[in-house]
Amino acid sequence: MGGESATQTQPEILRFDRTERVVHALSAACVLTLFVTGAILYFPALSVRVGERLLILNIHVICGVVALLPLLFSLRTPWGRHLRRDVARLTQMTKSEWRWFRPSQREEIRLGKFNPGQKLNAVLSVSALVVLLASGLILRFPSYFSLTLREGATFVHDWFALALILLTLGHIGFALAHPASLRSMIKGGVSKEWARHYAPAWLQELSEKTALVK
Amino acid sequence: MEPEPNSSETSTETETAPETPTRFGRRLFFSVVGMGAAGIAFGAWLTRGEHRIVSDLSGNSGVSNLLPGGDQFRIYSAAGTIPSINASTYSLRISGLVKSEKVLTLDDLKALPPTHLDRTFQCVTGWQVPDVTWKGVKLSDLLDLVEPTPDAHGVGFTSYDGLYTESLTIDQARRSDVLVAYEMFGEAITPDHGGPVRLYVAPMYGYKSAKWLKEIRLVEKRSPGYWEQNGYTTDAWIGRSNGW
Repeated sequence: MGGESATQTQPEILRFDRTERVVHALSAACVLTLFVTGAILYFPALSVRVGERLLILNIHVICGVVALLPLLFSLRTPWGRHLRRDVARLTQMTKSEWRWFRPSQREEIRLGKFNPGQKLNAVLSVSALVVLLASGLILRFPSYFSLTLREGATFVHDWFALALILLTLGHIGFALAHPASLRSMIKGGVSKEWARHYAPAWLQELSEKTALVK
Repeated sequence: MEPEPNSSETSTETETAPETPTRFGRRLFFSVVGMGAAGIAFGAWLTRGEHRIVSDLSGNSGVSNLLPGGDQFRIYSAAGTIPSINASTYSLRISGLVKSEKVLTLDDLKALPPTHLDRTFQCVTGWQVPDVTWKGVKLSDLLDLVEPTPDAHGVGFTSYDGLYTESLTIDQARRSDVLVAYEMFGEAITPDHGGPVRLYVAPMYGYKSAKWLKEIRLVEKRSPGYWEQNGYTTDAWIGRSNGW
């Protein structure tokens, strides 16, 4: 894997293995479909243009139920070793890493594989998806819940959806602004140069383990 | 437990000791999920407050249209397209188990004594629009016109979209807060909202109020409508059905 193109002469480091890339692609496809179908269900101007409410609703519900399954499933498989390690990285943060959010102190922090912003984004996105799934199921199966709870679920579903959309737009924005990072989520590898600049502690960790790919 | 004579790990202690990271992810996850749960529990109450704030702040500036929960209608259209019906050629057929079948135009409906209702429009999924004003004819008055036979216990409704059907018992249909409506907010009902003529069943969830009303058919026994075939309760009393 990695380093397949002739133009890339530098050795490549594996940032995301195949499992991670597939999980990301499947989740991303679900989430984007959720945004599109959700918009059709929510905005009258779109609802009216598209119609087919039940079909759109069913696609929306299926994507919502499926969205987190690739992640949860692959975490439990032998191919999820790399993913499990990265989940551990993404969900842990040191005190000094929190200071990264203050621009004045950003330079002093020596970053590992993920920067604190990426960690926050990953945790918040998954958390929001879980809340959206729960509130969405209340709306899909109203017979089991009181009207008050359904009103609450509508409230939560609307606001969390808005939050997740903003979070995801930011995520996509950062990816487009950093093509090398984006590329690694598609092809898997980053250059050593990239790692030295963005993730020096990770590079050191790798060279200590001599886990360099190629 | 074997001692490691030349452990490289211990030598790093002389440098800056590596910080032990906290598992912030778990805590943040449960915080967010807790917020979601609180929102579901108290959201109904929060929505009312939000409505007040949003309407105070923005008036009609359009901000409230972009924010969630600003008491907006959500348009549910079952079929692929919204039927566009010419108000001047519109007709409503009342048929089935009746003494005399009738076909009414919009003008015929407007010539009958009108009834006004001002109610909160409540969707089964939890959104609502307060203070929606309706004008129309009591369904009960229309039934008097056609005189149902004694074996007519159910009323079926069909829609010009060819898909939306609804049903009521004859007793429900006789209620004074069940209208065949042709005005909403003081104006002709728009196609999006089921115009030119729709059913408005005030005491029940929105899905009972069939849009683009085409035919009212008196039957012996009612059959579940479109949304009921998809899992919703047929006797859709607000606050007393579909859960409770």
